[in-house]
Formats: sequence, structure tokens, C-alpha cells
Amino acid sequence: MLEGHVTEIPRTPLKTPAPIMADERSGVRARFLGAYVFSTDHKVIGIQFLFSSLIWLGVGGLLALAVRWQLAWPWSNMPFFGNALFASNGGQISPEFYNTLFTMHATIMIFFVVIPILSGAFGNYLIPLMIGAPEMAFPKLNMASYWLMWPAFLCVIAMLFVPGYGASAGWTSYPPLSVLATATPTETAQILWVMALLFAGVSSMMGAINYLTTIIQMRAPGMTMFRMPMTVWALFVTALMQAFALPVLTSALLMQFSDQVLQTGFFLPENVSANNAPAVSGGGQVLLWQHLFWFYSHPAVYIMILPAMGMVSDMLSCFARKPLFGYRPMVYSILSIAGLGFVVWGHHMFIAGMSQMLAVSFMVSTMLIALPSGIKVFNWIGTMWGGRLHLTTPMLFSVGFVSMFVIGGLSGIVMASPPVDIVIHDTYYIVAHLHYVLFGASVLGVFGAIYFWFPKMFGRMMNDRLGKVHFLLTFVFLNGTFFPMHFLGRMPRRLADPYVYDSLKDLMPLNQFITVCAFCMGATQLVFVGNFFYSLYFGKRAGENPWQSNTLEWSTLSPPPPGNFLAQPIVQRGPYEYSHPDRESDFWPQTEGQPPSS
Amino acid sequence: MSRFWSLLFYCVPVLATVTFLMAIYGVWPLVDCAMPPSLSTAGETIDGLFNGIHLLAVVILLGTGGTIGYVLWRFDSRRNPDGKAQYFSHHTTLELIWTLVPGSILVFLAFYQMNAWSENKMVRPTTVVDGIEEKTGPLVLVKAKQFGWEFHYPGDDGLLETADDLYVEGLLVVPRGRDVVLQLESRDVIHSFFVPELRLKQDVVPGMSQFVWFNANQTSEVDILCTELCGWGHYKMKARLRIVEPEQFTAYTDNLKATYKAPLASIAKYPSASVAADVGGTRD
Repeated sequence: MLEGHVTEIPRTPLKTPAPIMADERSGVRARFLGAYVFSTDHKVIGIQFLFSSLIWLGVGGLLALAVRWQLAWPWSNMPFFGNALFASNGGQISPEFYNTLFTMHATIMIFFVVIPILSGAFGNYLIPLMIGAPEMAFPKLNMASYWLMWPAFLCVIAMLFVPGYGASAGWTSYPPLSVLATATPTETAQILWVMALLFAGVSSMMGAINYLTTIIQMRAPGMTMFRMPMTVWALFVTALMQAFALPVLTSALLMQFSDQVLQTGFFLPENVSANNAPAVSGGGQVLLWQHLFWFYSHPAVYIMILPAMGMVSDMLSCFARKPLFGYRPMVYSILSIAGLGFVVWGHHMFIAGMSQMLAVSFMVSTMLIALPSGIKVFNWIGTMWGGRLHLTTPMLFSVGFVSMFVIGGLSGIVMASPPVDIVIHDTYYIVAHLHYVLFGASVLGVFGAIYFWFPKMFGRMMNDRLGKVHFLLTFVFLNGTFFPMHFLGRMPRRLADPYVYDSLKDLMPLNQFITVCAFCMGATQLVFVGNFFYSLYFGKRAGENPWQSNTLEWSTLSPPPPGNFLAQPIVQRGPYEYSHPDRESDFWPQTEGQPPSS
Repeated sequence: MSRFWSLLFYCVPVLATVTFLMAIYGVWPLVDCAMPPSLSTAGETIDGLFNGIHLLAVVILLGTGGTIGYVLWRFDSRRNPDGKAQYFSHHTTLELIWTLVPGSILVFLAFYQMNAWSENKMVRPTTVVDGIEEKTGPLVLVKAKQFGWEFHYPGDDGLLETADDLYVEGLLVVPRGRDVVLQLESRDVIHSFFVPELRLKQDVVPGMSQFVWFNANQTSEVDILCTELCGWGHYKMKARLRIVEPEQFTAYTDNLKATYKAPLASIAKYPSASVAADVGGTRD
């Protein structure tokens, strides 16, 4: 373990914004609300995003376990919850509710967990601290971006009170299923689903504008673009992608909303009808939704991994005590992933019925996007090579990230090939791939980042031994859960009971093995929850710089005061000067040696 | 303990490779986990690509995953308690190699598979009619609906989408050894027509008429699966595909015409269970 490091800096607060709503008359309650609820402090907003995302992570995880239960022991009484939740079905999950389970699992995990925890929690918390700014450029817009998540949360909670208890047309919500009331029993929930995404999308857009402005305008003196840590670069590029892709999703959602509520026909063909209902006039294009949706949702895939890549780069360099290998190629890789990320959406639609000629060009761009991702993997390994590795909990999660991302990336190349995709499209092979990237990589990166920045956020260390137990069990069970899914390439996704097909009956034992691993993985997370709350109150005091890291957030108090820095940081060098040969110490903080402030 | 994490990360590529090879060669307990044996001529190309790209992926995984395991052991700070990490952040030659080599492999892969795609999805088979080569017409019109499949055969006029079409639910019968073209349409929402043994999958989109084709090389009976979420009954939207000898196929369609006694118009609208049962179809 690294010892705490205290930098001698003059203790004069840089700028202390007056806490809002903290006047004499409103008393303690208003001060509490001002400091912890309606706060414009980017650190508080970041922690708000962190807590709400972690709560939703628990909800989304339980939904996934219910899905796994049904796939392993279909139509059997679910343990513990079955009788309470599905009394009318004798404790069974009904096929309609199964559709709701996986739809809401994906919706919650993508829009309420991974995107907000990366951009919302770590983006908010780290950007000003890492670039040496006292606040975000637009603190009130920032607060609004968090509080717009709540209408989205409420829409999802409201779904519990409408028929079906949730949307059931998949997280992709393809029309006509999601639009035709005669085709789906959960039409009201579909409308709430669209509204939830609209709110979450507007929240992300506000965040993105804020991050872009802050990073461009508010860097400390000496913090050139190429002295920014990879975390900030990744969050910057992520914000760019959100700013350009989200308006498209928002307009598509408004069109679907209007199809559902105002009976327009943007996504309905002429004379479409379900269940012998009178045909609707339609006149629109079914595939238009898919193009618009994936034009956002493929960049969203990178929105869900780039920030984790940035944070992992910083953690790897810190715990290898070595400069990041190939800093500029890493930046250019992120930029090219973002650029190419906008022209690969069609690979979700190889067999959707779009022009087969178009599929060929999407295939070429998809093959090419594997290259910058590969370069990043090689650079991470290059960062560790020749280092002096400290295998702390955040380091193990970071190495786990790289290791899992390799598998997710390679299966991505397999499905980038359209002839192969004919076979594996919409099967469990895809489920395996996306979970290796989203869980194996992104979520492991997030866990690592929580262990790494927890001391800065709350002033105390998380327990390293429990952290390692958490890592080991999560790593083993995640592979036990998701790797065998590669062997379910002939089992379609989203089937409430795959075993109605004789040809799939033999896959039941494998599905039961997967489900057992998934339940063990779910139980493992209790170690994390326990460690989190125990450390919050009883963890070892962290000091300013427990990991002996170079970046700016470690040069101020833990947790940082309002205004972040006690003196204006003046950046002297890049963020990765570890083990410099001319120095005794194996790190060299970015501000060390700055002229004393007057 | 100092080697524990290194071994854990070594396990990833090793176990991945072992299980992958077990699945390819059908070793217990991963028997029949890969795709079922191909019944179509196009299947061999697709399987070749599938196995080839996977083999490449396994080699890359062994390289990178193995290096991660090695690095964790070799450069652990506990093996080097007093030393310092090396100070370097570039290696131009290495970086050029690991950019250009994977880059060329990816570009090669991209171009290599274009033919397989165009044969499967772009270039429809042709037949020569009166000395003129034209695109083969559809043999069967497939209509997907919540939650079943209708298969329409041409009646006496030999044309589809006319009043005398013959209509069966849940069972598709096609001849072996010739190019079969299917016309896919949907009555309501999006469905997807998937026959794993033929390596054939195509979303069936309402408002669109699409063509797929295959050439089955042996007789068999297999499942047709729906692979696009289409509502609460999506999981049970199944049908059977029976591949028969060409003469049996002729006999089948003749028999279908003969047993199609009820008024054609009303059958086309409300198919009776007995029609499908007569021809051996499966119905829920």
C-alpha cells in the first residue's frame, strides 16, 4: 500500500461560493436541502448521480436475475418473490411479464446506470477537479441536469401502476410493436417509456454542454489540452458524442410519442393492423425508427465505454508507476472511435431489411473501428510492461477491464462480418458480446473508479481486502455467466421459453449453469455494498493523496472544499510523470514546483 | 499469493480457448453447442468464415491475455521491492507494427467476406425462361403474424397473390436441390424468419416485401424460429420446415390442391385447423 502524501500548499481558499438557500430564516432544513439536495456544487451533483445510479444498478440486477430464473427453470415458482409478485399466476412469470423484465433491465441499466454513472457521477465529480477549475461553467444547468433525471425515474416508477407493470417492446422499442395499441398489452407503459427517455436524454444534453464548455474554457493555467488526463479527454469526447447524437434520439422519441398519442404514422406503414383490428392509415417507414434509434444508440455504446477507458488509463498508469504508453495515440484513438462511431450504426441492421448494399459499407466502417480499440488495448499492456505494479483493488478492476474488453472486442469483430451475423444476429451470442463490453469492461471500470476515487469523495479508504474478495468473485462469476452464452449462438434472445423448440431443449443444462453463476454474481455485490457503507463511516482516513497520484484532484483536501482548491493550481507538466529518472520520488504531481501564490 | 492474480488472468485466454475448441469439436459438456450441421450450400461459406474469424480471435486472445498474465507476474512490485519502474512512453516501431498489422488484417477480412454476403443476400438466383435469364420467382409467400407463420403456395394459375392461392399454417415444405426463393411479408409487427440449419435469417418488416433464397442439399425437417421480439407470444411463434425430394414436393402441392375443398375465399381469410392437419403441419 502506498503511504499518504501531503503537499505543502498555502491554505487560502480559492473561491468559496455562498451556499444557496442557506439564509438565517430557512434554518437547518434548508441548509441541508441546499447543501445535499438542491446543490450547484459539481461534487455534490456527482455524488447524487453516483447514489441514484447505484440504487438503479441494484434494481436492474434483480430484473436480470428474474430473467435468468425463467430461462433456467421456465414456468416454475420463483423463489422468495414468486408468490408475492405473481400470485395470480401461481408464482410463475407470465410471458408478457418476461418481456417486461428484459425490456426494463436493459432500459434501466443503459439509461439509468451506465450512462449516468460514467458521465453524470464521474464526469461531474472529476472534470473540474482534474482540470483545476473551482466549479463547472454552468452550475445551475448542472443541477437541472440531475433533477431532470427524477421525472425520468418517476415515469419508470409510474409504469408499476399501469397494465403490464412496465414497457415490454424491448429497450430498442421497435415500432409497430411499441406503437400499435392492438399489438402490445403495455401501450401506456410504452408512452411512459418514451417520456422517461426524453427526460434522461435532455438531462444528458445539459450535462454534455456543461462539460464541453468547462473543459474548453476553465482549465487552470498551464493545463493545455495535451496535459489533460485521459479521463478528461474521454469525458470530453463523450460529451461531444452526446451533444451530436442525442438530438437525433430526442426527435425520434418525439415522433414515436406522436405516433402513440396523436395517431400520426411516422413509423407505421400503410394498412398495418394487429389482432384483426381496423387498419391504421400509416404511410410511414418502419425502418426509419431503427435508423434514427441506432444513429444515437451506437454512439451510445461508446458513450458507455469511453469514460471507463479514460479512467482505466489513469488508474493503470498510477498503479504501474509508469507513464501512460502512447498518450497521443490514445487521444487520437478516442477521437477516431468517436468519429467512426457515427458511421457504424447500420451493423445493428444487417438483417433488418435495409439495403443489402448499404450493409457492405457499414461492415467496412465497423471493421475499421476495431483498430483504434485494439491500439488502446496494446497501449494499456505497454503501460504495464516494465512498470512496478501495485495490485490494489482499483488496479485489479482496471486489469480486469482490459482483459474483458479484449473478449468483447474480439466477438465484435466476429459479428461485424455480415455473413456471420446472419447466423448470430439476435441470439445469445450477441447477449454475450454486449455484456462483455458493458459489464465485463464498463462496470468493472466503474467499480475500479469507485475504489480509486472513494477516498477523494468521502475522505476515507475503502477496505482493500474486501475489495479484492469482491473483485475475485465478480470476475469469476461474470465469466461463468457470460462466457457460456457464446455457446448459445442458436438460441434466440427474448424467448420466454426457448424449450418450446425441440431443437433448443438440449440447451437447458447450460442455461441452468449460467443462472447459478448469475445468482452468485448478484450475491457477491453485497460485499461491495457492505464495504461501501462500512468505509463511509469507519474506513481509514485517506489524506490528500493516498495513491501518490499526479493528477490535480489529489493536490487538494479529501473531500475537496467548496471551490475545490486552496490555491490556484498552476500546471507544470503532464499527468503521467511517474518514475522520472531524475527524481528520488516515483511520482511528480502536475502542480509541484509551481511559484508560490501571492 | 503473489502469483495468484497472474494465474487468474492467465485462466481467461486458456479457458476461453479450451472451451472454444471443445465447442467446435463437440466435447462433453459442450456437445452440439455450435451451430447445427448445415443443410444448405451457402452454409459452408458462412461456417468457414465463422470458424476462421473465431480462430483468429482465439490467437489474438491468447497473445493479449497471455501477455496480461505474464506482465502481472513479471512486473509485480513485490518481486521488485526496491527498484523503480522503467521510464518510457513510446516505441515507434512497435506502435507502427501493432497499428499496421491489425489494420491490414481487418481490411483483408472486410473485403474477403463481401462475396459471401452478396451471394446470400444480394444476387438472387436466376432461371432461364424462354431463353431469357431472369430472377427466379418466389416459390412460397411467407406471411408472418402475431404469433404464427402462413405459407401461401400458388394455385392452378401458378401465380402468387391471386385468389386461388393455397394456404397452410405452421408447415413449410420445399424441394431439395434447387434454388428456393421465398417472399417474406408481415401482417402486423416486425418478425424475423430464422432457420439455423440453412444459415438463413431475415427480419420480416410490415410494409415491405422481401426475398430470401437457399438451396437445401439434403432432406430433413427442422424448426423455423422467430428472432425479432413481436409481442407476448413471441416465444411460441414457431413453424416447421420440411425439405423433401422434388417429386415428393410435386406430390405435396398436388395433394394440397386436391384437399383444398372449402370455398377458397373463405379459407384464405379464416384458415381451418383441418387444412394444416391434413398436410401434417404442427399447430398450437
